[in-house]
Amino acid sequence: MSKKNVLIIGASSGIAEAVARRYAEQGSNFVLVARSQAKLDVIAADLIARGAKGVQTRLWEGHDTASLPEIAGFAWSALGTVDLALIAHGTLPDQPRAQRDLAYALEQFRTNGESAVACMLALAGHFEAQGNGVLAVIGSVAGDRGRGSNYVYGAAKAAVDALASGLRAQLFKKGVHVLTIKPGFVATPMTAELDLPAALTATPDRVAADIQRAVDARCNVLYTPWFWTWIMRIIRFLPTAIFKRLSL
Amino acid sequence: MPTLGSWGRYPHHPQTPHSVGWPFEIGNAFSRIQGAGVASTLGYGCGRSYGDSCLAQSDHVIALAGMDRVIAADWQTGVVTVQAGVTLDGLIRIALPNGWFLPVTPGTKFVTLGGAVANDVHGKNHHVMGTFGRHVRRIVLHRSDKGVCDCSPAENEELFNATVGGLGLTGIILAVELQLRAVRSSDIEQTCIKFGDLDEFFALSSQQDSKYEYTVSWVDCLAGGKSAGRGHYIGGNHSAAGELKVADGHAKRMPVDPPFSLVNTLTLKAFNALYYQRQVRKVVETRVSYDPFFYPLDKLLLWNRMYGKAGFQQYQCVIPPESGRDAVAAILRETSINGAGSFLAVLKQCADIKSPGLLSFPKAGVSLALDFAQRDALNTRLFARLDALVHEAGGRLYPAKDAHMSAHHFQSAYPAWARLESLRDPLLMSRFWRRVTS
Ligand SMILES: Cc1cc2nc3c(=O)[nH]c(=O)nc-3n(C[C@H](O)[C@H](O)[C@H](O)COP(=O)(O)OP(=O)(O)OC[C@H]3O[C@@H](n4cnc5c(N)ncnc54)[C@H](O)[C@@H]3O)c2cc1C
Repeated sequence: MSKKNVLIIGASSGIAEAVARRYAEQGSNFVLVARSQAKLDVIAADLIARGAKGVQTRLWEGHDTASLPEIAGFAWSALGTVDLALIAHGTLPDQPRAQRDLAYALEQFRTNGESAVACMLALAGHFEAQGNGVLAVIGSVAGDRGRGSNYVYGAAKAAVDALASGLRAQLFKKGVHVLTIKPGFVATPMTAELDLPAALTATPDRVAADIQRAVDARCNVLYTPWFWTWIMRIIRFLPTAIFKRLSL
Repeated sequence: MPTLGSWGRYPHHPQTPHSVGWPFEIGNAFSRIQGAGVASTLGYGCGRSYGDSCLAQSDHVIALAGMDRVIAADWQTGVVTVQAGVTLDGLIRIALPNGWFLPVTPGTKFVTLGGAVANDVHGKNHHVMGTFGRHVRRIVLHRSDKGVCDCSPAENEELFNATVGGLGLTGIILAVELQLRAVRSSDIEQTCIKFGDLDEFFALSSQQDSKYEYTVSWVDCLAGGKSAGRGHYIGGNHSAAGELKVADGHAKRMPVDPPFSLVNTLTLKAFNALYYQRQVRKVVETRVSYDPFFYPLDKLLLWNRMYGKAGFQQYQCVIPPESGRDAVAAILRETSINGAGSFLAVLKQCADIKSPGLLSFPKAGVSLALDFAQRDALNTRLFARLDALVHEAGGRLYPAKDAHMSAHHFQSAYPAWARLESLRDPLLMSRFWRRVTS
């Protein structure tokens, strides 16, 4: 493993920060994109102390898809080549509210679905021209099959999954790799208030280690931690007649 | 939501965590907690305190481990400023490759900087470096009544002194500026010397302590009669040259709670005898990595579960030099008469090195630490006897390890407690503090 040029969109998310620390230890160069300059400044200083060679930051709001081409341009001019781009921003919608409040539901769909899709599209051309590198996006096990308890989030993540899958097939021919990351339960600020089953909940660093390995191994789809591969296989293949009766 | 507890799992009061990942979220957490009608709260690091000093009176804690970023690091001078949730392990990983190590470290690296300050922790080098707080240059505190304040020996000195060893009661610690210690290698030159009884320990310690930065002794506290107080003396110094290598993070994990305590008279006797006899020669010199030297227990993550659901208590006291030998002998005698036995009996000479902390535990004399599986009779019988011995000898107990001491013993051993009480953040209250001050 050697140092890399890394672009992270949604750099203040728990998983993104854990990934960035691992690359910082190898002396990597970063462009970090997130919503709060105060957080970006603290994260940048932290990564430098951990060994990052350089960190540049850009402010960006998740719904502002119009400025994505410019941000992509900034990343490539700042880094020269981008070895890894990680798209990591997202929110966890309050599903009962989403069922009552259409505007809220669509806004959540935009942040988790449309905006991640827009990021991939905005970066794809640069990667294609570059002819190498890894484009990684954080999807979710929730995107594998819409569940009664969080289908707004699930539908958004399913869109990400489908787009990543198509982009993978297209970019593969140009030497670019697309990695879809599907974490299960992760103990991050986003999930801090949820009652997650302790045995199934991973630390961000555990997930980050898996991501780093998957990037190096050019994996297509990463379930992390590994046991989610098996859990999701069962959930995907349950007959609908049974699945719809479960309270998942 | 998963709940949190203390390391000894006694007393059992599950804590509801309110997680905070950023300094500017503390104010919000204060108002959310007050808004929910909860009367008090407390900062929580890694929960490596044994008793009830890390448990909130309300059982609602502000969990700070997610606030774990380095704010600034100067590898020329070894001064680092970090958020209070950074662990000692995390800091070593960053500092050691640059030639710096912790100035003082407790026997586990899984504690936060905030926790290390709040208990003003000490290590095997107390006789050279004093406590952790002596190496802290600045603390950033968030108080529910005054907002964010900087304190250092030059600014808000009284609040600084109260926060060092202040048991987390003076405000939520946001950041800590620390002077690290330069090292040329990640290895330690270690010397192990067997001793046959307590007198030999005290003789060894007075001859040898000046040769080593780190010293600690392990005592076979089940041996009675002539070999009462036999054990191993361990001294260590940083190697003068070699690699600067961070230990790899592999540890075994105690996977589940055993249905009963694995620690009983039988396993204890076997363990202690084996441990004492592991070294045949009187003196053995080796070079070891910092990790097994400082943190032998961290290799078995969550070893506290070995004691089963009922948990365990540690009894740690420090006794002034005049009465040290006799008091330690009496405590070991009481313990072996009670058949209570302990996996770990650790002896360490502390020096007369003053800490800025108002309520710091170490003082000149000998410190003894013993672990006991939790049983109902522990507090009323054994600990009552030991407390009387310690009190009479002019010694005191370590709040970070305590779950039983009386308000009377606490207040006479820590007369500065009233000053800490007057500087306490009104929103912060631990179960320990309620117990020893009311
Ligand atoms: C195996 C083992 C060996 C040990 N060896 C030693 C030793 O050799 N020497 C020694 O001195 N101690 C030792 N200890 C005790 C341990 O070092 C202390 O209890 C330490 O303070 C625990 O830190 P923590 O981060 O887990 O804090 P916690 O236990 O979670 O909390 C400890 C105190 O710090 C406060 N606190 C934590 N974070 C903050 C914050 N950000 N702001 C305000 N208050 C905060 C809490 O309110 C509480 O009062 C040992 C413990 C274990 C388990």
